[in-house]
Amino acid sequence: MLDQATGDSICALAARLRRRECSSRELTAAYLARIEHHDAALNSFITVTPEAALAAAEAADQQLACGAGGPLTGIPIAHKDIFCTQGVRTSCASRMLDNFIAPYDATVVSRLHQAGAISLGKTNMDEFAMGSSNETSWYGPVTNPWDSTRVPGGSSGGSAAAVAAGLCMAATATDTGGSIRQPAAFCGVTGLKPTYGRCSRWGMIAFASSLDQAGVIARSAADAALILQAMAGFDRQDSTSADEPVPDYSAELETSLQGLRIGLPREFMSAELDSDIAASVEDAIGLLRTLGAEVREISLPNSALAVPAYYVVAPAECSSNLARYDGVRFGHRCTDPVDLEDLYRRSRGEGFGAEVKRRIMIGTYVLSAGYYDAYYLKAQQIRRLIKQDFQHALSEVDVILGPTAPTTAFALGDKSADPVAMYLNDIYTISANLAGLPGLSLPIAPVQGLPVGLQLIGNYFAEARLLNVAHQLQQHSDWHLARPSAFA
Amino acid sequence: MQWDVVIGLEIHTQLKTASKIFSGAATTFGAEPNRQACAVDLGLPGVLPVLNIEAVRHAVRFGTAIGAEIAPRSVFARKNYFYPDLPKGYQISQYELPVVGRGQVEILLDDGDTKTIGVTRAHLEEDAGKSVHEDHLGGGRLSGIDLNRAGTPLLEIVSEPDLRSPQEAVAYARKIHQLVRWIGISDGNMQEGSFRVDANISLRPAGSDTLGTRAEIKNINSFRFLHKALEFEIERQRDILEDGGTIVQETRLYDAEQDETRSMRSKEEANDYRYFPDPDLLPLSIDADFIQAATAELPELPEAMRARLIEQYGLSATDATVLTGSLAMADYFEQTVAGCHDAKLAANWITGSLAAALNKADLDIEHSPVSPAQLIGLLQRIQDNSISGKIAKQVFDGLWQGEGDADAIIAARGLTQITDTGAIDSLVEAVMAANPQQVEQYRAGKEKVFGFFVGQVMKQSQGKANPALVNQLLKDKLAGG
Repeated sequence: MLDQATGDSICALAARLRRRECSSRELTAAYLARIEHHDAALNSFITVTPEAALAAAEAADQQLACGAGGPLTGIPIAHKDIFCTQGVRTSCASRMLDNFIAPYDATVVSRLHQAGAISLGKTNMDEFAMGSSNETSWYGPVTNPWDSTRVPGGSSGGSAAAVAAGLCMAATATDTGGSIRQPAAFCGVTGLKPTYGRCSRWGMIAFASSLDQAGVIARSAADAALILQAMAGFDRQDSTSADEPVPDYSAELETSLQGLRIGLPREFMSAELDSDIAASVEDAIGLLRTLGAEVREISLPNSALAVPAYYVVAPAECSSNLARYDGVRFGHRCTDPVDLEDLYRRSRGEGFGAEVKRRIMIGTYVLSAGYYDAYYLKAQQIRRLIKQDFQHALSEVDVILGPTAPTTAFALGDKSADPVAMYLNDIYTISANLAGLPGLSLPIAPVQGLPVGLQLIGNYFAEARLLNVAHQLQQHSDWHLARPSAFA
Repeated sequence: MQWDVVIGLEIHTQLKTASKIFSGAATTFGAEPNRQACAVDLGLPGVLPVLNIEAVRHAVRFGTAIGAEIAPRSVFARKNYFYPDLPKGYQISQYELPVVGRGQVEILLDDGDTKTIGVTRAHLEEDAGKSVHEDHLGGGRLSGIDLNRAGTPLLEIVSEPDLRSPQEAVAYARKIHQLVRWIGISDGNMQEGSFRVDANISLRPAGSDTLGTRAEIKNINSFRFLHKALEFEIERQRDILEDGGTIVQETRLYDAEQDETRSMRSKEEANDYRYFPDPDLLPLSIDADFIQAATAELPELPEAMRARLIEQYGLSATDATVLTGSLAMADYFEQTVAGCHDAKLAANWITGSLAAALNKADLDIEHSPVSPAQLIGLLQRIQDNSISGKIAKQVFDGLWQGEGDADAIIAARGLTQITDTGAIDSLVEAVMAANPQQVEQYRAGKEKVFGFFVGQVMKQSQGKANPALVNQLLKDKLAGG
């Protein structure tokens, strides 16, 4: 029964919990057993917290027994190890924070906890969320549940793989340049990056503050809607969080797509796109048309500038955000420093991996006197142009659609020696971060047995619309129901 | 060769707020190390700054007080550098767009003239923590970090290079010190580091209008040291220039014990701070309503009050300057005048005996043991001739010692002036009887001895006899043969 339960939707599972057909404790224990059994190969978790999870599940059961609790009460989830969790190691997949026990909960974590969700542990990721393959983790790469020789995508590779492999019902994740959508695409699950400011960044370890946004990876749009409902909302502790009302994300799922205006940017469907992926996207477009949507071609003329602009802005912010890891107050400290300079050099040299160092160096360079105008300011100008492109496009269409990534999951080690090739894997996702817009990836027809993601980008705070479109597609297709056979 | 001195000051004044500029931790001075540092102050992973709006109100008050434009939009920027007491590896400050724009203050020069000094800008920023180098830490091998001060709100006030001498620099620094305390945005406590001065100083040939290479003297925490450091630096730079050398642009520290400035770091090894807008904070928008609300309760400013005291009470310029040295001093004066209705008398006592006693005890007027009401009680007894000016000084001592109010002291010490003609009469007769020779001399035309008689009578009365009556009666008796 529980094996079956792990295949349910959150909504169905919550109903079973409320009917007392199963307890949260049984459910949580079943998931912990699955993690125990499968994760040695998958490596999707950095830290598993069985005792805390079971204790929380018992508390949830008590609530449920009194008829209390909400749609997430007793539902086992996982948190990307970028979110601070009180009393639990919060490593950001870095040696630098291997010994860091967070003394407080991130707002997103505490809101999900308040909503009754059970945290099973912390998922693996690229170090400090810098990477598109999960290969930069100090704790080793995560493998793709569909093909263990391939990457799960990144940086939220652990969250995507864990959800795809059925090791949790859903997982929190973060997206700075595609870190939710691209691994969701590679692992065949649904990932939503909300509007910048929709979810609080308090307690979410910063990579690039003006781009970072918390979101969710789940098995379906309907599940994602329930998780986002608990996560979203204004937080006084994050000055950049939006003081906008949070709509009922589940309420609009069933809205018809009749008359929906969808824009297909010609820049996203260029000749460089893998033809199989293009065909898969066309399939999905066909389905959307039958559901009443109108699809038209649009242009985002500055798209080609997104990756270069991003690789100025994000490293610039990261070079400053990561300055606090200096071996003085917390985190990795080298042994027996002889002086201050030695303490800094060795603590940081040993604590950070190669990709993090590369970005710190790029960021330090672009902010340096004499280069600031040519790089940082120019990149900010490009950012405004990209935003204008989107605003123009979104005045004509409701949703922008295209592939999430230019390829399916690539082989482990394939791109790790070529940073630029790796960076280009985020070519379709980065512009939504630069503009601060919400983006969603959902699985469509696979290519050679590997999942393919369809990306939807909407207007500011139009998460409900994206979830609605994705849900309607999922109601009329079964791509999202496919499960990797090794994790049945 | 003649040299002109060019000085500009950067003053960091700690703003008086209950909590820090970007966190909820308290700002009280003197707590146990690291007891007033929360997760934000420690720069823990995942924390974010939230601006304390009271610090902004203070900055707006300052800007208004110096006639500066308040920027409708200003931006917080990160100043990046590594230091162990800088937890985040950057300081949140303002760079290209500060909250307070160009303004000015007037300073009073020694010759009584005033000079207008431009204020380039003032911006909000957070303070760093402090490094503790003490022997008890690991046998002197280790340094400690105290982050209590990290995140304390500062207003950095940058002057134009308008100052031409150490005297002017000190006058300007004192003016800013007076002003920030006057408008209640800072306690200005220099011992606790609430008011620190960095001085940029350069020399150029007299009459030249290009600036010479400057040195920056950092972290001066007293007006006296500011004066001495600048004097030393002028001497040092002049010696170098006159020997044909060049000044190195560098940061120097003033060592009070050696009375010299020493190089800290030169520009070549200086940091590139890599300023950029802080993405964790939205641009700061300030509208007219905010300015209106923040400045609604600003007190009358020192210059205006000084002019008013001269105009309204007929005070001398010197008295008016002293009495507007601080808002508390001015309040004290006006309260006293309200009770005794004699501004000159009140001014004399406040700038005289009271100021001297406060100075001797190293006390601010806020902590004066003699309240305005008590001083009024004393002045009223002078005004109704109950006591002489000389006796009044004794009564003041009593007030200072906490012996109660003036009347109680006069009664307890038996200091009431003798105005009884009969009593003085008998004193006069007794003195004349005891000094027949001097009486003869006076009557023979040697009028100088009159003073001797006054002195003797006052002595016999222990100073309590009314001097006017003594004079009158003596004149009558001595003339009367």
